[in-house]
Amino acid sequence: MTPEGVRARYDLVVVGTSTGGLHALTRLLGALPASYRLPILIVQHRSKDSDDRLSSLLRGASQLPVSEAEDKDPLLGPGVYLGPADYHLLVEPESIALSTEEPVAYSRPSIDVLFESAAYSHGSSVIGVLLTGANQDGTRGLQEIKQRGGYVIVQDPTSAESAFMPMNAVKNVPADCVLSLDQIATELVLRASDARAP
Amino acid sequence: MGVTMLPDLADLASEARARRFASSTSDLERLEMELLLLAIYRHHGFDFRAYAPASLHRRIRRHMESARLTTISALTELILHDPSALQRLLHDLSVNVTAMFRDPSFFLEFRTSVVPLLRTYPTVRIWHAGCSTGEEVYAMSILLEEEGLSERCRIYATDMDGTVLSHARHGIFPLARMQEYTSNYFAGGGKRSLSDYFTAKYDGALFTPRLAKNVLFTQHNLAIDKSFSEFNVIVCRNVLIYFDRTLKDHALGLFSQSLATLGVLCLGRKESLRFSAFEQEFSELSARERIFRRSK
Repeated sequence: MTPEGVRARYDLVVVGTSTGGLHALTRLLGALPASYRLPILIVQHRSKDSDDRLSSLLRGASQLPVSEAEDKDPLLGPGVYLGPADYHLLVEPESIALSTEEPVAYSRPSIDVLFESAAYSHGSSVIGVLLTGANQDGTRGLQEIKQRGGYVIVQDPTSAESAFMPMNAVKNVPADCVLSLDQIATELVLRASDARAP
Repeated sequence: MGVTMLPDLADLASEARARRFASSTSDLERLEMELLLLAIYRHHGFDFRAYAPASLHRRIRRHMESARLTTISALTELILHDPSALQRLLHDLSVNVTAMFRDPSFFLEFRTSVVPLLRTYPTVRIWHAGCSTGEEVYAMSILLEEEGLSERCRIYATDMDGTVLSHARHGIFPLARMQEYTSNYFAGGGKRSLSDYFTAKYDGALFTPRLAKNVLFTQHNLAIDKSFSEFNVIVCRNVLIYFDRTLKDHALGLFSQSLATLGVLCLGRKESLRFSAFEQEFSELSARERIFRRSK
């Protein structure tokens, strides 16, 4: 926890994943403590008619509250918000926003859309995390997060169920760290207590 | 903290500088956005300042990419001096993505819980707000026909954009999407075959004009136009997500004014009345499908 009177360095975590994501998310969320204070927004690629099974599986694995994001949900405190099927998930400075605009690279929700909007709304206060997947989504969004001074974590491709997505990011983005899932959880806990430079 | 853990001071200073730079670029871009939206409003009259900034910003950035512009200010200059550039921007800023029977479970629920209510009325007035190119209006018209209600129903389908309305009046949709729409149609409780309702022509599916017989497509802007009649049903799905909270509340106020007592309001699957001033005026008819009923 940051001491009182000191502004925290980060106030939002955004996570993107595709193939292999269910297992990775279960592991990552399971390793975060119930006291984790940053809101976590997640895009997991999913088919347009997928139901709420994904959110209930994650709810079972995590000590944090997990919900499917709704339009204009206030981003007040801790909790995990999952991008709903067939909507893009975006973020405003103080709330969640959804969109039904065209799929990006066949994906809705798209990881790039979430990451780019987080970079715009939260600037250097955002931590972007890209996990396992078999396509290029997420790389462009991580570049944007990095460019605006945010923190970039990529899953170590050798530890990923599907290495392509994290590999593509590692090749194209100067990530702050490339870590295994358990290490990512530890890193997220550490960064959540960083203080903002005066 | 041990001495060996102390980071290099020079590193810290440059990191802080980089961060200040990064946050000032965001501030600058926000200022440029404000100026662009003000320019559109003052020059053209349309007020995008009440739109949800996240998706609006994304559409502006995409437009800039296709127009090969690197700053929002350059775009502002361009649209102030080039009317065709302004038209292209306005076209890219409005969201006209729609589908037939999107979220089939909504249409199924509508058949199950709203249709029986409508059967009790001699005439039914439906307002379809933000109908875009009309796919959902034709979907609703098919549903009403199959439920034997089309003769007593009148649909007012509105959008702020006249171009999409003229598209809607023609009732021609891409043939390539009919497979998707057909499976939506069945999942939504369709009783015949979707192909009974259209004829294929080149790459288009021309829907039978019978479906538009009781439909009036007309221009209406939720941000500035007033309530224009009293309705038994208002359908406005995935439109309010593009508005900011204030404009969303304004539109809900308009709906509340325009609904008869016990009238039905249908929102998108991830839209709610929570945090709005009108939450108390409605009760839930189907929480899952976001179908509400005006109780006061």
